[in-house]
Amino acid sequence: MKAAVITFPGSNCDRDLAVAFEQAGADVVKVWHKDSELPAGIDIVGVPGGFSYGDYLRCGAIASQSPIGKAVAEFAGKGGYVLGICNGFQVLTEMRLLPGALMRNGSLKFISKPVKLIVGETSSVYTSGYNAGSQVEIPIAHHDGNYQIDAEGLKRIEGDGRVAFRYADNPNGSVDDIAGVLSENGRVLGMMPHPERATEAGHGGTDGAAIFRALSGLTVTA
Amino acid sequence: MKARVHVMLKDGVLDPQGEAIRHALGALGFGSVEGVRQGKVIELDLKATEQAAAEAEVAQMCEKLLANTVIEKYTIEIA
Repeated sequence: MKAAVITFPGSNCDRDLAVAFEQAGADVVKVWHKDSELPAGIDIVGVPGGFSYGDYLRCGAIASQSPIGKAVAEFAGKGGYVLGICNGFQVLTEMRLLPGALMRNGSLKFISKPVKLIVGETSSVYTSGYNAGSQVEIPIAHHDGNYQIDAEGLKRIEGDGRVAFRYADNPNGSVDDIAGVLSENGRVLGMMPHPERATEAGHGGTDGAAIFRALSGLTVTA
Repeated sequence: MKARVHVMLKDGVLDPQGEAIRHALGALGFGSVEGVRQGKVIELDLKATEQAAAEAEVAQMCEKLLANTVIEKYTIEIA
């Protein structure tokens, strides 16, 4: 598996994400935000957490329109796999690769703590290493993770089995406890929790590693 | 010419920041405030000289970047 990890100005989880991919056996290429093309032969793009472009205007808004942002959108449009974590999830919603939007947490507080998630769909490659309905513990660290989508959109993503993860105890006000959402083709996943921060015993837990392990078998190049 | 764009959350979208402002106003004794919605004002200096063209261009900017139309609405003033 060959993974590209994007670095925007203000990204701060890009290295952790690259390490998580590498631990799962991937070759990782770091890609700078000013690049307008992804390297050839990429199987998956990782859009990391952080505060791209200082969260100016709206979280993820400027990154979604950056040169590499356009290349990532094009890659996903061709059926490529894209994993967006935290700020990466915000970027993917701003690109409209995923439905809905991430708003300020209901409590208005930045929340950084491990949370319990309930695995929703397991038909996607990302969640194929988990049992549906099982609980996993993965940390969150965000100020704007309050997932909102209109009633019609919610019905659609739930009906189509596109909710990858739900919070067991909703920390941020997200509609229907949603923590992670899949694209229609199941190849784009956005999630607020940080699986790359739960891949080694030293992290305090390894429940996030299953995502990267499952991806390691990925050899479908878009 | 100048354009002023107002970006607000759509009606029906919960505004936690507006709620916090309402609570703070209540704590200051302004108990008569029944609701607060907060948004953004963005001012643009434009080369355009023709109002309709300027307005159309700013509308495109709003759709593409200035507003997230999933949750936000916008109004444009040209002066």
